[in-house]
Amino acid sequence: MYAYDEIDRTLVNERVSEFRDQVKRRLSGELTEDEFKLLRLQNGVYLQLHAYMFRVAIPYGTLATNQLRALAHVARKYDRGYGHFTTRQNIQFNWIKLAELPDALEDLAKVGIHAMQTSGNNMRNVTSDQWAGVAPGEIEDPRIWSELIRQHTTLHPEFSFLPRKFKIAITASDHDRAAIKIHDIGLRLVKNEKGETGFEVLVGGGLGRTPFIAKTIKHFVHGRDILSYIEAILRVYNQYGRRDNIYKARIKILVHELGIEKFSREVEEEWQHIRNSSLQIDDEVIEDIRSRFTYPAYEKLPHMPDELRQAAADPDFEAWRKNSVAPHKVQGYSIVTISLKPIGKPPGDATAEQMDALADLADIYSFGEIRVGHEQNLALPHVAKRDLPALWKALDKLGLATPNVNLITDIIACPGLDYCSLANARSIPIAQELSRRFANHELANLIGRLHINISGCINACGHHHVGHIGILGVEKNGEEVYQITIGGRADEGAALGTLIGPGVKFDEVADVIEDVVEAYLALRERPEELFMDTVKRLGVEPFKERVYATR
Amino acid sequence: MTSPLEQKKIKIAGPSVVTANRTWDGIVVYRTAAKSWSADLSEAVIVRNSDEAKALLAESVADDVGAVGAYIAPVQVGDDGKVEPGNLREQIRRTGVTIGQPAQV
Ligand code: HEM
Ligand code: SF4
Repeated sequence: MYAYDEIDRTLVNERVSEFRDQVKRRLSGELTEDEFKLLRLQNGVYLQLHAYMFRVAIPYGTLATNQLRALAHVARKYDRGYGHFTTRQNIQFNWIKLAELPDALEDLAKVGIHAMQTSGNNMRNVTSDQWAGVAPGEIEDPRIWSELIRQHTTLHPEFSFLPRKFKIAITASDHDRAAIKIHDIGLRLVKNEKGETGFEVLVGGGLGRTPFIAKTIKHFVHGRDILSYIEAILRVYNQYGRRDNIYKARIKILVHELGIEKFSREVEEEWQHIRNSSLQIDDEVIEDIRSRFTYPAYEKLPHMPDELRQAAADPDFEAWRKNSVAPHKVQGYSIVTISLKPIGKPPGDATAEQMDALADLADIYSFGEIRVGHEQNLALPHVAKRDLPALWKALDKLGLATPNVNLITDIIACPGLDYCSLANARSIPIAQELSRRFANHELANLIGRLHINISGCINACGHHHVGHIGILGVEKNGEEVYQITIGGRADEGAALGTLIGPGVKFDEVADVIEDVVEAYLALRERPEELFMDTVKRLGVEPFKERVYATR
Repeated sequence: MTSPLEQKKIKIAGPSVVTANRTWDGIVVYRTAAKSWSADLSEAVIVRNSDEAKALLAESVADDVGAVGAYIAPVQVGDDGKVEPGNLREQIRRTGVTIGQPAQV
């Protein structure tokens, strides 16, 4: 957990009363929508199709149980009893009334939650691995550095008026769960040959209309220099952003146009000027942040407790354990992923009752801590292995034990045309239909790891470009049409998917995906060859053939 | 979102209404003959040519306290005079999401 200091709390409270006043002036007509829009966006308030939408940041995906209960309270009191967890460690409420928003913000501020940096052309919520601090083999808890960057960039003038929005993600593990290669800046904690901690810095990733995978700009930047290095990147970016309108775009465009070599030379030059400035981080500052992250008092527990041995006889428990339980850095403990993808339901949604109940379970079984990941699932980061059977039973009662994490029904989908005013097509019903088609656990298991990502327009909130199977909704002559790509990846081997052919209609999407999956099952060399590996080995042609031969 | 400014060169292909979201709570509303807003599509003013549409939009946009993001949306008018949204987006705006909402399932 992380303990916020007084300055943060005061800032959050001031923002709430400021916003209360702004809303009052808006409702009385003193402020026009044009004047108000920027103010509401700064507080995470968008306008969707049916209502306002309220986006709340969950910094580096770590939630205390009182915070999760506060989110449940907001869902119940000001919304329609549920919230939607997004791919950027945020939660969105879809039905909030503007007149009640200041109250909702105030209720959240009491537990240190805010909506700053969830929209606008500024530095967004710095995201991190949802297993931070508990993953075995991690270099160091990446949240320490996320927090350092958060403190430095929150409301920093230089970061509040960027040419476009700016997103950073940090990981400290070999396996990248934070999708750092599709962020403006991706940071991977590494050690150099001297054993010092620093970062491999990647730059220029992003999806949307022109997707790019981030490129490594520097293999090692010492931890103490990371702020000055990020600042140097931003200065180069800002400078081009001001000089020429063409570059008033995401940094990915600039990196692409300049080329990574030229871009990195410019950054290097800028960096040399500021590297030894006040931006250099004192060890005490890092130590101070480090000391604010507290870890539970873990017990000394056996690797294989009796409870677990006995429960192994139950095939349903085993299916869930194999799928949702991951190793922990401390012996006798596990990380439990909680699927928010029940069969046939919208991905990422959780009801107020589920949030409350989960908070209770986290208090009992996970030292009062919950994590939010970019796959729109939650996690309990510190579960003693002996408690797994009891936890499973409790989760199952709540509808939160679907054993489909990382399987074909663990679909990432944006809100699409059911909610979003920018959408061209619906996403959620496609996800629901696919989830029903592949509901059979044996079948899903036979298929193995396969990520489907769905976006309702080119903004790519559902990360369709990096889905093993990506589905993009577009509009053609007033009809919803879906373009299907295969071979994308969001992890350390990040890649963009390849289009398999002409778009297909709403009703045909699930059939086409079934064809793609059947083709894969027929084509794979052995059961362990994952979908993305088969696509890599054979290219898209055989899949294309299978899908379009009969259509 | 289509900004009202972009709608200067308004051309409508058929019967249309002006729709927006009510400012205080965000719900979908339609401009009425009484120069007000209603959540009921059947109370919307129907415009049938570009000049009418332009005038209705101008008047609606001016009422910025009542509703936000006003724009012109197509409708279909049945033989019995019944008004229906003219496309899927407007259908969804009128009747709500096409999926079950978790808290109601
Ligand atoms: C419904 C309200 C939403 C609106 C209006 C919206 C709007 C947008 C827009 C306009 C962009 C593109 C910006 C750019 O490329 O510079 C974007 C990007 C993004 N959105 Fe959303 N979004 C919404 C909901 C969501 C949700 C629910 C998620 C998560 C499931 C999400 C995740 C993202 C992500 C990850 C990106 C970055 C994609 C990239 O790398 O380019 N958004 N959003
Ligand atoms: S991808 Fe498009 S449709 Fe989906 S949430 Fe983002 S902006 Fe809306």
